[in-house]
Amino acid sequence: MKLSQLIPGQSGIIKEFTDLEMSVKLMEMGCLPGEKIIVERFAPLGDPIAITVSGYQLSLRKQEASTIILHS
Amino acid sequence: MAGELKVALVGNPNTGKSTLFNALTGLNQRVGNFPGVTVDKKVGACKLPDGRTAQIIDLPGTYSLYPKSKDESIVFEVLADRNNTAHPDIVVILADASNLKRNLLLYTQVADLKVPVVIALNMMDLARKAGTEIDIDALSAKLGIQIIPIAARQHENIDKLKEAIAFTSSIPLQLDTIEVESLAPGLISKIKNELLVDKPYTALQMAHQHENLHFLTSQQSDRIEELEQEFSFHSQKAQAAETIARFNFINDVLFDTVKHRDGAFEETLSNRIDKVLTHKVWGFIIFFGILFLIFQSIFAWSEYPMSLIEELFIWLGSTAHSLMPPGVFTDLVVDGILAGLSGVLVFIPQIAILFAFIAILEDTGYMSRVTFMMDKIMRKVGLSGKSVVPLIGGLACAVPSIMSTRNIENWKDRLITIMVTPLVSCSARLPIYTLLISLIVPDKKVFGVINMAGLVLMAMYILSIVSAIVVAWVMKLIIKSRERGYFIMELPVYRLPRWSNIGLTVVEKVKAFVFQAGKVIIAISIILWVLASYGPAAKMDAVEAKYNSPEVKAQYSGAELDRMKSSDKLENSYAGVLGKAIEPAIKPLGYDWKIGIALITSFAAREVFVGTMATIYSVDADDSHVESVREKMKNARNPETGALVFTVASAFSLMVFYAFAMQCMSTLAVVYRETKSWKWPIIQFVYMGVLAYVASLIVYQLLK
Repeated sequence: MKLSQLIPGQSGIIKEFTDLEMSVKLMEMGCLPGEKIIVERFAPLGDPIAITVSGYQLSLRKQEASTIILHS
Repeated sequence: MAGELKVALVGNPNTGKSTLFNALTGLNQRVGNFPGVTVDKKVGACKLPDGRTAQIIDLPGTYSLYPKSKDESIVFEVLADRNNTAHPDIVVILADASNLKRNLLLYTQVADLKVPVVIALNMMDLARKAGTEIDIDALSAKLGIQIIPIAARQHENIDKLKEAIAFTSSIPLQLDTIEVESLAPGLISKIKNELLVDKPYTALQMAHQHENLHFLTSQQSDRIEELEQEFSFHSQKAQAAETIARFNFINDVLFDTVKHRDGAFEETLSNRIDKVLTHKVWGFIIFFGILFLIFQSIFAWSEYPMSLIEELFIWLGSTAHSLMPPGVFTDLVVDGILAGLSGVLVFIPQIAILFAFIAILEDTGYMSRVTFMMDKIMRKVGLSGKSVVPLIGGLACAVPSIMSTRNIENWKDRLITIMVTPLVSCSARLPIYTLLISLIVPDKKVFGVINMAGLVLMAMYILSIVSAIVVAWVMKLIIKSRERGYFIMELPVYRLPRWSNIGLTVVEKVKAFVFQAGKVIIAISIILWVLASYGPAAKMDAVEAKYNSPEVKAQYSGAELDRMKSSDKLENSYAGVLGKAIEPAIKPLGYDWKIGIALITSFAAREVFVGTMATIYSVDADDSHVESVREKMKNARNPETGALVFTVASAFSLMVFYAFAMQCMSTLAVVYRETKSWKWPIIQFVYMGVLAYVASLIVYQLLK
């Protein structure tokens, strides 16, 4: 399952990434395989989304979220 | 200064780096540039307990040594290049204790560059609240460096940090973090040998970043490229492997030094605030409410100080006239330099107010929520969520708004925002609109309530915003960018604003504007003054002779005579000659040479239009006589055809011209300052000029 498929309140554990370039940027921001992600809320127009990861809040577009694969 | 200790401040964004910088240096700071590149460098002096003075250098906030913006690329350049004038003897890494894991990534990278490091651990209170206990002594022992817990906001332990800086040895003592050589075996040692680099991690970073490093020659960069081919080095793969290795190291270090208390996980205050501030309905209502407040304040609060500044300069001018002997030099000082200075300084209240608000929004964490809410809409037209505030600020004044685009990381997004912000109708256009509208729109009400003139004025503002959006969309298609658009942004927790930080930011921005844009503005004002006061000798002599003749002197009163004389002088000055020269070009737009003079003089600043019109139609130029300018303009006729000069067609055409044309030296100067090249201000000047000409031509020809 992709991170972009979750709705606010749901959570998942990062398994892997589909895009190498994005993965480098996301990992630097603490989105690492094995980390838990909680989807906190969507922006009023549905995109970007806000997540909690490794103890802080991060916002990213759904396009970026779709490169994060979660453990099913 | 020789023997002075250089200390660089490095850290993630939103960790309180500028607060710590201010706490260490106080008011003892200045802004300069890093050598060779175009990033602002904040430097301040700090007295250490052992009597030495440390030079504190604030490096741009970054999450990693792999840069995502131009500003961030400075960090590695400065830390790796020993010949860089900003290269530090000691690095202070500021880390957020409530988010230690992510913050330590940057620490491990900097530590591997083998510069002496101290960690300042900020926001311990937040960490404790979130149920995190950090064993600082154990952590310090595991990393091999000094770690000082501080509270930058409360100025707690700043003295201890100063002591730690003083006691830091000049030899790096930190323990190794990861096996750097294994990330690119062979390549690293080859680069080390051939380019005489002694640190393996510096060599690895050079392999990643060699194309953008200023301290490498192009031969060195090419050689690294060759070596990369030879060892089939894949930058992104190596970077991913490195990041994973670093976080493995960090997890090991934190495993028995940081304890998380479970169960204490209550909904944070920040989350509760966000439920309201980014709500589908309330979020937008509050956002537009805040914008309304800012816009109102810029107008309402700046009016009084702006008139004070203007009065001060009028007083200075008349004092200078009375104290200095009459002559060319006095005229140059008063009408050229003082007038130019006044044109610069009069913007200070608006700049200060806009920046105070923006600094408050940034400091509290609200700005990132605005970006979060608006990103989807703005992305459609080639802008970013962060373009919203500059565009709205453009309704007041483009100058501070363009300066506020700095927080847009993506270069293309920022450039497009800078390029279209001056299209938004600023406050300087307002007097021109109102004057022209009053000439052609009858002061009548439609349906008894809606004021016609107000409606036309609103249409001009809507036109300006629509044009900014359309141009942004066009530029999105034209400007090529190798940067891939993405949006990954931290949402910092909400905090109360730190007033001293905000005060310092405002002072810094105002200073930057006055000193950097001011130079250009004054130069141009002097040129314009020369053009408007001097003319071909024969013509000017004829004017002098005419007004010295006894018949003319007898015919008119002294004041009237002076007005007529200055009007005639302007007509025969170089500006007047230029106005006549461009008449063929502006005739299709419906303008005569008198309007041509106004177009030329308002090249430096639009607000000059009304004053120039007053001079040309030889009436008193002060505000109480605006009524008479209007009457004169209303009745002005073309001497050859006898037709009215200001018709519906020509007045609308002129309004559209002022709406689109780039007639503001301050803005061009600030665009030059922000883009650090003349390319973009020139492009902006040309595209806005062409747009203004074509649009006015169409308007005039259709309405004629």
